[in-house]
Amino acid sequence: MDGTTKKCLQVNACKARKGIIEGVYNAKSGHPGGSLSIADLLTYLYFEKMNVNASNPEDPDRDRFVLSKGHCAPALYAVLALKGYFSEKELKSLRHIGAMLQGHPCIHTKGIDMSSGSLGQGISAACGMALAGKLDGKSYKVYTVLGDGEIEEGQVWEAAMFAAHKNLDNLVAIVDNNGLQIDGTIQEVCSPEPITDKFAAFGWHVITMDAHDFDSIENAFAEADTISGKPVAIIQKSIKGKGVSFMENQVSWHGSAPNKEQYEQAMNELDAQLNELEG
Amino acid sequence: MADVIKKATRESYGEALTELAEKYPELVVLDADLAAATKTGIFKKAYPERFFDCGIAEANMMGVAAGLAACGKIPFASTFAMFAAGRAYEIVRNSIGYPGLNVKIGATHAGISVGEDGATHQCNEDIALMRTIPGMTVINPADDIEAKAAVEAAILHNGPVYLRFGRLAAPIFNDKETYKFEMGKGITLREGDDITIIATGLMVSEAVAASDELKKEGINAGVINIHTIKPLDKDLICRAAEDSGILMTVEEHSVIGGLGSAVAEVVTECYPVPVIKIGVNDEYGHSGPAADLLKEFGLCKDNIISQVKKALK
Repeated sequence: MDGTTKKCLQVNACKARKGIIEGVYNAKSGHPGGSLSIADLLTYLYFEKMNVNASNPEDPDRDRFVLSKGHCAPALYAVLALKGYFSEKELKSLRHIGAMLQGHPCIHTKGIDMSSGSLGQGISAACGMALAGKLDGKSYKVYTVLGDGEIEEGQVWEAAMFAAHKNLDNLVAIVDNNGLQIDGTIQEVCSPEPITDKFAAFGWHVITMDAHDFDSIENAFAEADTISGKPVAIIQKSIKGKGVSFMENQVSWHGSAPNKEQYEQAMNELDAQLNELEG
Repeated sequence: MADVIKKATRESYGEALTELAEKYPELVVLDADLAAATKTGIFKKAYPERFFDCGIAEANMMGVAAGLAACGKIPFASTFAMFAAGRAYEIVRNSIGYPGLNVKIGATHAGISVGEDGATHQCNEDIALMRTIPGMTVINPADDIEAKAAVEAAILHNGPVYLRFGRLAAPIFNDKETYKFEMGKGITLREGDDITIIATGLMVSEAVAASDELKKEGINAGVINIHTIKPLDKDLICRAAEDSGILMTVEEHSVIGGLGSAVAEVVTECYPVPVIKIGVNDEYGHSGPAADLLKEFGLCKDNIISQVKKALK
């Protein structure tokens, strides 16, 4: 990846992280940890990878995105706002009464391809979208992001079996492997490991990547594009809370909002990162 | 009496899908390893490229249907009522109902007339479950003619529809030439103002037979066929409450949450009258031949007659 593109992505990812903190802080609730761990991924998908256009959000030929780990909606909203689907001001009304931005993604929000949030369901819908693409002879791809805790849901493996059996090579599922879920580490709670082996055993092509390194991300998606005949699972090694020092690798930041002091510290840290990048 | 032709509405379902496939190119069919039983196998044979077996994985099937619908397809997700409304309830609610996607759920083997398979497969709760989902249309056709018309009506309706079909052969009493299906509209089959029997699905023909016998004894029992349980034909039901002053509901479903409850909800607001509910009484079914089970559980003409007489005493 060339330096300009990388810097541009890094800047946007940092802005997305600010959007996440802004949203969750103003909502006084939400899920910052897992949102921050997918901020780079969503930035890459929306700014570099996917064929999408904010001025034509219903284009039948567009690539589709399903946030199967729907509780990380703040990340998706922040990136959609940066991409111009709606005003960044909307982020401040996240989860408020009458607001467009619901606690979990809703299909009726501009730029959202599928309602999600009840874990394990998004990947099935993504399978359906990929199947529709095959039926219609369209070349769009479907991307879906799952949590590593989420894959404890049995429905995920029903979908994994289905996607491989139907040869859905237009489907890419990214597992955000930050190692933490609400009740603790994934090893403590009910380990879904070994994740790569499981997807491989289900007939998927499996790639691993560093979730916070755009070269690694680009390589992973470039490899995904070469695969035909089977769906692709990208297991991204990530840091929950990435970008905000006191949130990193802390399970307590799975689903809680920062207070004013914490908000200011988080924004200062992110502003500093942004200044350094743009400096 | 002339020989009555019977056909299971699941058979009508499989045939209707096949007959309508050319007319509606976006129609696709999903099943969960029950195509031989749900009769979507008929469609599979004719349109294999538009049929997708999802294996024994109903939760995923409902989600796949949602994704297909989000891309403009009209998927019919087919399995037994127990698994469609029961096992996959939350997927139907969150992935189909909440986004308001154009998915049709073809649920066969509803009610105790499943027969020998017994309680685990006899779903008497599906109407209750499905009608609580906002935006979900719930249809329970009574015979072959109505079932086929309901399938096409479901295609023409933009939004989620739950279609309930039976395993047991049901008498065909509607006339193909004159029958007209209007979603959300009940059909008055017998006039009568001593009592109005409101029936759905397999119980409609039993209600008609009961009314005809009661007539001979001087009791005028009206009969309304409610094929669409949601949205319910409130006007017709309220008029019946006013005209007859007492209602009886008959359904092959639990008396909790089904047609009886839906009718009671309506009349308590518009014209409170007694509503006698015939259905499965807060209990599980068990194994046995369907016809015997229906008698045992009082889902038959004879019990309707005796309950009417008791109510009017």
